[in-house]
Amino acid sequence: MTLDPKNESGKREDVCPSKKGKLDLESVRARIEEVSDEQAGPEYWRSLEELAGSTEFQEALHREFPKGASEWVDSVSRRGFLQVMGASMALAGMTGCVKLPLEPIVPYVRQPEEVVPGRPMFYATAMTLGGYANPLLVESHLGRPTKIEGNDQHPASLGGTDIFAQASILGMYDPDRSQSVVSLGDQRSWQAFVSAIRGPLSAQKALKGAGIRVLTPTISSPTLADQLNNFLKIYPQAKWHVYEPVNRDNVLEGAKMAFGQPVETRYDFSKADVIVSLDADFLYAGFPGNVRYIRDFAKRRDPDGNMNRLYIVESTPTTTGAKADHRLAMRTAEIEGFASALATLSSGAASGVGGARQDVMKVLMAVNADLESHDGSSLVIAGDHHQPIVHAIAHALNAKLGNVGKTVFYTEPIDANPVNQFESIKDLVGDINAGKVDLLVIIGGNPAYDAPADLDFASVLKSDKVPIRVHCGLYQDETAELCQWHINQAHELETWGDARAYDGTVSIIQPLIAPLYQGKSAVEFVALLSGQTDATGYDLVRAYWQKQHAGANFEAFWRRSLNDGWVEGTTFAPKSVTAKSANFPASNSGEAAANAIELNIRRDPSIYDGQFSNNGWLQELPKPMTKLTWDNAILMGPKMADRLQVKSIDVVELELNGKKVTGPVWVQVGHPDNSVTVFLGYGRKRAGRVGTAQGFDAYPLRTSAAPWFASGLQIRKTGEKYVLASTQGYQWMDTPNGDHRPLVREAALAEYRKDSNFAKEQGEEPAPGLTLYKPYPYKEEAYAWGMAIDLNSCVGCNNCMVACVAENNIAVVGKEQCAIGRHMHWIRIDTYYQYPSEEARDRDNPKAFFQPVPCQQCENAPCEVVCPVGATNHSSEGLNDMIYNRCVGTRYCSNNCPYKVRRFNFLLFQDWETPQYKLMRNPDVSVRSRGVMEKCTYCVQRISEHKIDTETASVREGKEIKIQDGELQTACQQSCPANAIIFGNINDPNSKVSKLKAQSRNYSLLGELNTRPRTTYLAEVSNPNPEMKS
Amino acid sequence: MPQIFHRSANTLSRATIFGAVFVIAALGLVGYEIQGSPYVTYAGVRKPQPVPFSHQHHVAGLGIDCRYCHTSVETSSFAGIPPTKTCMNCHSQIWTNAQLLEPVRASYRSGQSLQWTRVNQLPDFVFFNHSIHVTKGVGCNTCHGPVDQMPLMYQQESLQMEWCLGCHREPQNNLRPRDQVFNMRYQPPTSAHPVVVDGQSYTDQVDLGTALVKKYNVRSVKDITSCNTCHR
Repeated sequence: MTLDPKNESGKREDVCPSKKGKLDLESVRARIEEVSDEQAGPEYWRSLEELAGSTEFQEALHREFPKGASEWVDSVSRRGFLQVMGASMALAGMTGCVKLPLEPIVPYVRQPEEVVPGRPMFYATAMTLGGYANPLLVESHLGRPTKIEGNDQHPASLGGTDIFAQASILGMYDPDRSQSVVSLGDQRSWQAFVSAIRGPLSAQKALKGAGIRVLTPTISSPTLADQLNNFLKIYPQAKWHVYEPVNRDNVLEGAKMAFGQPVETRYDFSKADVIVSLDADFLYAGFPGNVRYIRDFAKRRDPDGNMNRLYIVESTPTTTGAKADHRLAMRTAEIEGFASALATLSSGAASGVGGARQDVMKVLMAVNADLESHDGSSLVIAGDHHQPIVHAIAHALNAKLGNVGKTVFYTEPIDANPVNQFESIKDLVGDINAGKVDLLVIIGGNPAYDAPADLDFASVLKSDKVPIRVHCGLYQDETAELCQWHINQAHELETWGDARAYDGTVSIIQPLIAPLYQGKSAVEFVALLSGQTDATGYDLVRAYWQKQHAGANFEAFWRRSLNDGWVEGTTFAPKSVTAKSANFPASNSGEAAANAIELNIRRDPSIYDGQFSNNGWLQELPKPMTKLTWDNAILMGPKMADRLQVKSIDVVELELNGKKVTGPVWVQVGHPDNSVTVFLGYGRKRAGRVGTAQGFDAYPLRTSAAPWFASGLQIRKTGEKYVLASTQGYQWMDTPNGDHRPLVREAALAEYRKDSNFAKEQGEEPAPGLTLYKPYPYKEEAYAWGMAIDLNSCVGCNNCMVACVAENNIAVVGKEQCAIGRHMHWIRIDTYYQYPSEEARDRDNPKAFFQPVPCQQCENAPCEVVCPVGATNHSSEGLNDMIYNRCVGTRYCSNNCPYKVRRFNFLLFQDWETPQYKLMRNPDVSVRSRGVMEKCTYCVQRISEHKIDTETASVREGKEIKIQDGELQTACQQSCPANAIIFGNINDPNSKVSKLKAQSRNYSLLGELNTRPRTTYLAEVSNPNPEMKS
Repeated sequence: MPQIFHRSANTLSRATIFGAVFVIAALGLVGYEIQGSPYVTYAGVRKPQPVPFSHQHHVAGLGIDCRYCHTSVETSSFAGIPPTKTCMNCHSQIWTNAQLLEPVRASYRSGQSLQWTRVNQLPDFVFFNHSIHVTKGVGCNTCHGPVDQMPLMYQQESLQMEWCLGCHREPQNNLRPRDQVFNMRYQPPTSAHPVVVDGQSYTDQVDLGTALVKKYNVRSVKDITSCNTCHR
């Protein structure tokens, strides 16, 4: 191990790479020059520290855990220390000697039909995000939902999910959720509210409801929409406003501009060969239909078959940009210019696109040529945050390219009330200020926190201009505080309802558990307002569908809809609309001064608009590009940071039109110059124990006129520093002897076709016999488990990480512990950056690669031979077992693991006390305690279950039954929307995993160490346009 | 200068050093014995129960099959504890006024579950599955003991890892034909009472067990002693 000599003389450093702030941009730059000058070919790096070859990086590379992770960090008094030491001396070695406490066993009084204790059941339901339904299958153990899976038969899921759905199980059991009806700070009963609201409602009846305003988030539920429309029939003068901070106003307005009517756009990526994304992040959670789009996109990215090509023009680095074959970083305001230039070019006129930068021009010409040669199999898609005109241009381009009806479809909007939401809430505030509102009902949402800053919704609520304010929500949040009545809403996993998926298909939402805190659903709440006091959610939803069902035998129809997870015949048929010709009025945002700094406001990749603030799984999930946990930051490119003389973690003040926000900087490669990005959702005041006061609140910078981007931002250095917990610098892997054997391997399609073995040639794997240990005859076993991860398919969506946390009872450790590298994720996604050799000049625009790294289940596992107590052993099927109850916490194993996939419980990270979490955990997996090592097990609980089931069936039926390929899936595999993770029996040559491993792209991570990992990777193949090489 | 210690100190120190070995060994032995004793393992201990349910009466006396109450023993990891309804199937007709059964009737009336005390209890990091054992020919009383002779239920074996491994290492010593699994009076084969399987008569348990290991496709010893068989 060689350390830079400078380090030896250096004094003790802070523990976290992000805390250090020592990143020397000059050396980064020098290093970049070096790389590009030498043209050394692909070189991959994970952080700017690594690129700069810093001493901190060198040291981190050789450490078992990040520096400081193994040190005692809490301040402790001398007396406390002696007590602890005394106790541990006295009890050393006695921890295993406990007498089991007596345990009660509580049977049913009347056991429900079909319930078999010990066997989970699965129910089809759905969850909504921004109104769009995510079809799900939920695993239930004796009435307790424990794990979310995608509904594999539903076209919007095909088995995949997104991170928000995966994490919703924690959201449901959240002990900080509102637990009762509250009025002016006092706990009240639902009955008390029912009688309190009766008077105001009947007073409004005489006024035809002129003083009533209802504010909801986007609603796609046919039942709820029907109820609200009924309510408006009873109170004809009342108004229904819709507002959600992350809304699709621009998409709607763009459709209106192009077609004169609001339509929903649906894409078919399975038929698209050339995709042009105008800043659309369609491969990440939150984009409607993303789960299906990822599946189709990844399927069409087969280097041995159809290989699509993705161009993206991007304002903020996203995972979609990382998957693109050509990525152009541009400020948001300039993308409109790009779009209209593309439209001009495509209409045949080469004039009118002058003035564009030369590199942009090159991309434009290439994109245009590529699009034109792919009539009907191309696709242009615009990002939700872009001005309507960009959407209109995309529609016009798709029409011109003949994509409509092939890769692009138009349908009715799924939104039951497709109004402009910023206008809608503006009208509401106007009415309130004019004193027209007597009763304001807010159903879901948190406008006091997330409404546009220019409306100052919180002050409007506070001003008592509305005499009666009612809030129905999951949390007693910022809005609930300012309303006289707060009704505790039930979680979607606790209620009856329905919702539409991105293609219009309705799923019935069925409850998995009775409301934990006697909450009411939106459907029940609106029923009360309409005078149906005691109606249950079940009756209301069922009654609505009974009305809709024309045919006979409603019961069979209803049961089938519940069982399948969707209602037959509700998918929206494509609608034929004609685009008005291409002359759209340019928005004025495109003319921003060239050196004015642009502010971009985006939803947070992990906690969305703030509604998931109190979800520890999502807070601790490293955001895909920055790997930040627990915080938002101000993203800017290296050039700009250089100019402003700021580094990551420096706190700066942003000022836009007099509004100020302070937050830490994060330098992110790939970010366009003269532009910064901030993320919403943080800086909550009343989120709960997890989310309150994390990060900074960016909403004050957001106005209804410029909700997504604005020009003229001022940045001032404050001189302060802030600790950011990024996992990007952790778990670095070392290649032995400093050899050049890349961990991610990739090639362009042309190179791959020339030399399909490129991935294997970049490394070397010793022959199987080269070991001192006697090889175990795995071939003779019935099963030998293995995994193949296709880097070409992986889109870095983080889904596998949350699925793993949910399945394996993985603890949340908190920001402080994350910052010192003690996070517990069993599977991590490493992001590597690289300057493609031929495009090395584009220094702020490196390519990015994702590599999910779970335990590699080495056949020659280095961890096993060093365990002094035999707590990690090999199974006959090739699994590297971890036996928690034997582990004494020496951590020798993780010290010897070259992949750094072992996680240690430095403290008691599991919450053993909170009753809700006891219900939440997977009963088939041990809950680990302090001082125990843990790691990926290939979901051995699922393997055991399937093995036992097939073996009992074999004996009972008197013939050999084996686990069928694809029947047994690990949690990460099952949730993966891209099908990038394939697990199975490698002793079966016909299994999918064997076939993948037989491909020429297959390689082992650090295979030269002769660890013989069971998890292997398929190298990435990109498809750059050969025209753009020069 | 006189000697500080008397000559007898030599003997004393030898005895102390020599004795310490015995004392430490004895302490170790005591610890080991306590760890395996019924005090820790609860083997043979009758735990307090809300109703003094007699397996002896119901199994031996009335001849009720195990699966009448433990319904999921063949399909699930958990054998199942009967719901109150199962008790009331008979006890709504017989012994309807018995004072002992009042908690059962109260439970049925109120809808509140009976709270039994778990008798055969494993630590939380052990994952035992009934269905696979029953299917592969491990009899109920192999682990649970002569349940039909227990007026009050108790745990027969220590349920410690050593005991589990005894069978996992040599499954042939304990297997019986599947149709005998629920038979409480089953006797292992002897020359006086041979056991017939598939027309072949066995007089020795190891011979029978070896044949059954093959017949029921019991996985290799290496496989069933892999850690993940029970720990995950």
